[in-house]
Amino acid sequence: MVDSHDRSPVRSARSGDIAVIYASDYLNKLSGERIERECRAHLGAGCRALVVDFKNTGLVNSIGVSIMLGVIDAAERAHAPLVFSNVNSQAAQLFEILGLTLHAALAADEHAALRMLSDLNVAHPQRVPVGKHT
Amino acid sequence: MSDQTTKLIHAFSALADLGEELADTRDFEEMVRTTLHVVLGALGVRRGAVAEYMQDDATLRFVAAWGLGDDAPATLPFAAASAEMLSAPHPRALSLSESEQLKLVQHQLGDTLVATLGELRLQLVVPLVVHKKFVGFILLGDKATDEEFTVYEREVVRTMARHIGVGIFNHRLLREVEQRAEESRGLYDNLRTIYRDTVRAFAAAIDCKDKYTQGHSERVGKYSEIIAREMGWSEEQVEGIAVAGYLHDIGKLVVERDIINAPYKIDAKQSSELNRHPAAGYEILAPIQHPYADIPLMAKYHHERIDGRGYPEGLTGDQIPPGAKIVSVADSFDAMTTDRTYKRRKVFTEVVEDFRKNAGKQFAPEVLAALCRAMLKEVNGETKERVMIKLLGKGYLEPEECRPLLVELIAELESGASLAAGSV
Ligand SMILES: [Fe+2]
Repeated sequence: MVDSHDRSPVRSARSGDIAVIYASDYLNKLSGERIERECRAHLGAGCRALVVDFKNTGLVNSIGVSIMLGVIDAAERAHAPLVFSNVNSQAAQLFEILGLTLHAALAADEHAALRMLSDLNVAHPQRVPVGKHT
Repeated sequence: MSDQTTKLIHAFSALADLGEELADTRDFEEMVRTTLHVVLGALGVRRGAVAEYMQDDATLRFVAAWGLGDDAPATLPFAAASAEMLSAPHPRALSLSESEQLKLVQHQLGDTLVATLGELRLQLVVPLVVHKKFVGFILLGDKATDEEFTVYEREVVRTMARHIGVGIFNHRLLREVEQRAEESRGLYDNLRTIYRDTVRAFAAAIDCKDKYTQGHSERVGKYSEIIAREMGWSEEQVEGIAVAGYLHDIGKLVVERDIINAPYKIDAKQSSELNRHPAAGYEILAPIQHPYADIPLMAKYHHERIDGRGYPEGLTGDQIPPGAKIVSVADSFDAMTTDRTYKRRKVFTEVVEDFRKNAGKQFAPEVLAALCRAMLKEVNGETKERVMIKLLGKGYLEPEECRPLLVELIAELESGASLAAGSV
């Protein structure tokens, strides 16, 4: 499972002050640390809220949970709200049991996540189109 | 599925993942980092670290950390006495958040470490102990639920800690074995250097005794090396034969200096005294543990001849060890090509004639052929170094003159044409 040689970039997109990071199938391996690094990079670049999208992520294992806890930590240090979108029911149950949902909201999909953050008035997603992932 | 069941399945599959990660020893630090994720993710712990205890400098080295931001230290001091105290089997997880335990924890870990862990918001300290040896800690922060660790969760952590402890312990063993192997290699290299220097010193001592053959032993070593390499010997064997060349005349150390340096042709008695030197050389070299095979035998038989008319034993053909055949040719070649007390050196055409005449009698033809091939390569500029050209001196090997002679002689030697009739 150690996969230090897997160096393909994590996909992400910007929508105004919100960054959307696609967890894809990196999450359950050490390479998932790149998701957390990508989140921190967006926060460092002035992002005020994060969406992590799980659309192409199957089961989430313990490594995946740990990496998401790292994302939560990074977001909280930057006082940035965090939303998980497209989380399947099994992962959602796990996130709830382990307390991740106390720190990140769940949204049905990316659109809903962006709307949720927009309602919080942290960003203005309508200013910049979200792009092909939406 | 009930929450409790989901939690249990999640923890169990984390344990299975842990086994898989620990079996992967490609990269120790990646392995530890991954296992830390497994532990944190299994219980929903927000931050944590794995620290390895380094006995040599009494420190805790943070091999992996997660959720500590930029605050994670690389190392922290950790008293050997504390490590000793923790080296009991089945250690308990120590909680910094329970005031009734705090005194005990401070006693075991020391106030400074406890304070640092507090600053890092790490509250559960799980010692890693293998074979009653403390190897490090798993350090855990608070859970995402903000609840206390349950008894069941502490058990899960302890089980994981046992696995991770064994992983660290095994890695440490491997590191120690590698270090020892490295030290042994260094020691072995040193010994070889000492051995080679000693051999050179002996060669110089041998040549000192014979004022007319200065540098003879060293040259014989170099010619032997060149011939053996040309014959396809391994580098180890080539090194060995160079040593044999350096030491082939070591027996002369016990022969009277007057006989060796006689400015006239010596008589029969003196000759038999001189002829003792190969056997005497064997006596000197045999008790020594050489790093190469057959050095004493090469010295003993370097005056044997293929036709059986040599000494000390009158061996014939393949009774003579291959190395001795090489040293013999190298020895004679140097004798022919250097000035001696009672005769000047042969010119190159005479050397070729001698080789042709004595192939299969005094010398092994395949050894002569190898020497000639190596010489031809140097003359043709096909070698990086021109060792023989340098040893023989400027102008000795005139390319235009010696090239056709060498080509012809090599062909004869390789076809067996110059083997004297009746020779072995
Ligand atoms: Fe000799």
